Amino acid sequence: MTTTARTSPRSIRRLGDKLFSRFSLAAGIIILVTLAAVAVFLVAQSLPALSAKPKDISDDGAGFWAYVGPLIFGTVWAAALALMIALPISVGIALFISHYAPRRLAQPLGYVIDLLAAVPSVVYGLWGISVLAPFVQPFYAWLVDNVGWFPLFAGPVSGTGRTVLTVAIVLAVMIMPIITALCREVFLQTPRLHEEAALALGATKWEVVKTAVLPFGRAGIISATMLGLGRALGETMAVAMVLSPAVIVSFALLQSQNPTTIAANIALNFPEAHGLGINVLIATGLILFIITLIVNSIARVIINRRNAFSGAN
Amino acid sequence: MQTVDFTNSRRSIGRRTLLATAVLSLLVSFAFSWVLQIAGITNSLNIVAALIIAIILSVALIYVLSTIVEGRRKATDRLVTGALYGAFGIALIPLLSLIITTVANGLNRLDWEFFSTSMRNVVGAGGGGLHAIVGTLEVTAAASVISIPIGIMTAIYLVEYGKGRLAKGITFFIDVMTGIPSIVAGLFAFALFAIVFGPGIRFGIGGAVALSLLMIPVVVRSTEEMLKLVPNELREASYALGVPKWLTIIKVVLPTSIAGIITGVVISISRIIGETAPLLIIAGLSTSLNGDLFKGRMTTLPVYVYTQYANQGADAQAYIDRAWTGALVLMLIVMLLNLAARILAKVLAPKGNR
Repeated sequence: MTTTARTSPRSIRRLGDKLFSRFSLAAGIIILVTLAAVAVFLVAQSLPALSAKPKDISDDGAGFWAYVGPLIFGTVWAAALALMIALPISVGIALFISHYAPRRLAQPLGYVIDLLAAVPSVVYGLWGISVLAPFVQPFYAWLVDNVGWFPLFAGPVSGTGRTVLTVAIVLAVMIMPIITALCREVFLQTPRLHEEAALALGATKWEVVKTAVLPFGRAGIISATMLGLGRALGETMAVAMVLSPAVIVSFALLQSQNPTTIAANIALNFPEAHGLGINVLIATGLILFIITLIVNSIARVIINRRNAFSGAN
Repeated sequence: MQTVDFTNSRRSIGRRTLLATAVLSLLVSFAFSWVLQIAGITNSLNIVAALIIAIILSVALIYVLSTIVEGRRKATDRLVTGALYGAFGIALIPLLSLIITTVANGLNRLDWEFFSTSMRNVVGAGGGGLHAIVGTLEVTAAASVISIPIGIMTAIYLVEYGKGRLAKGITFFIDVMTGIPSIVAGLFAFALFAIVFGPGIRFGIGGAVALSLLMIPVVVRSTEEMLKLVPNELREASYALGVPKWLTIIKVVLPTSIAGIITGVVISISRIIGETAPLLIIAGLSTSLNGDLFKGRMTTLPVYVYTQYANQGADAQAYIDRAWTGALVLMLIVMLLNLAARILAKVLAPKGNR
């Protein structure tokens, strides 16, 4: 692309060139301006909440940070749980598609997993509340009865199954296709020679994967994880519909009182909010924005570093 | 890769043994849950749980068998293989369950009334989703009108013109945009329009602005990838014939990559058509048909599904049925769009010897 063509000196042509390049530049700048506007407007609308007297935010006078603290905890907790469920399964599926499934089936199987990404989140919410929650509730009851001494499974058990663990399962299903797609790409890029070298040394298939594929794909797995985490942090409707929320900080997985997430809290309370309440919700949105920004930036940095690495390969 | 067996195949388990183990554990698992049901411990035969137990049981059995017959390394290999097949199987369970329940529950109200009436003055049974379908189509169309030109032009800038800091900055911020949570996009649109029109503002075009914030990065990314695939030789051949750069882009680069670009655009539309959260915030909710993007609240299908489920009235089943039917229609639209994208990609793909 470095070969800039010498256009002929006739002015009409140059006008077209100028217009076209200006238009495309303008489109790029619009994006920058929009993002700047997002930051500015969110901050502007959050300021009243951040600077308000504690008594105006909540009745007990605890202030903004006491309000948003449990929400941040809930957001991170639910996303982390989802990741713990999704990561091993996603890496497994990616390996299955890239190295274990029959060659001819690999692509259709990939499509099948991608289908999970195409399902709208509101449908996930509907499914979570009316199919998954009643399905897992007996298991929860059993867990509380038998392993209730373990803090995570402490009782009393939720009667509806609408707990943070159910939400984590739904979120895990939602982020699985994202992590799988990225891992699959990375695993497929494993140098053929590395794999064949391992095979030549008498490695079994699993040993090939362990010694050649996974080490090569480690950076890819990490960045895929971060992208999945970013998605789980920002997911709204599935959480809002499935969770039975409360403003608490609690690690218990199976109770009917669950820490809610920032996004779900906004979705549930925004339609009725007014006055300062709107500003408070927007301020929590700003915090969510910053959290996801950090997580995604880490993912991008890792991806970019890996690109440089594989370019030298 | 089968050659590996050569070295450690002193004794190995045949295919038939594996199959027998799987069938055996399937039988044991179902017999077990059947006994539980007879004994009254569980009140229904739980097929999914029985299947999961069967998978775990067969993997464990094969592991033990393989350790005895083939040694530990081979056994670990078999264990991992089983676990990976299992991982894929586990991912299929929610997908199948989701599709089956949506279709089964959605069919209850998939009738002409659903497509011909709105929820105006409807309490209890009856009513439909016409207003939501119209709202979805209008908001999505408006978001596409905003996003597609900006997205494609930006991609052209990044691939054909962009150099140096500005291009790098734009690339970075598009990555940032990709990660914006959808609810934050809704809050932004609200914050923007609330400053202009006051805090009570709810209208369709606001939803379109929020959605385009989510759509633009997807369009840019996919278009960029496609433009990068166009070989430089084509551009240089065009320059050599004295064609100016902008005409080269329009007449050579874009036609070559149009299939991929359209596919990317269609997929980005299918992404945003199911968005709920931003529309809940800025487009609001209405029970009657509103065709005006710029005035009044506007319901879209995802919001319709959500509110039908969340605010059930006296006749709860009617609301739940409408929610599922809305979900089914939404899923059908998304699947159709994805299918259209794949077909378009096949049809429009540049012909020639590759």
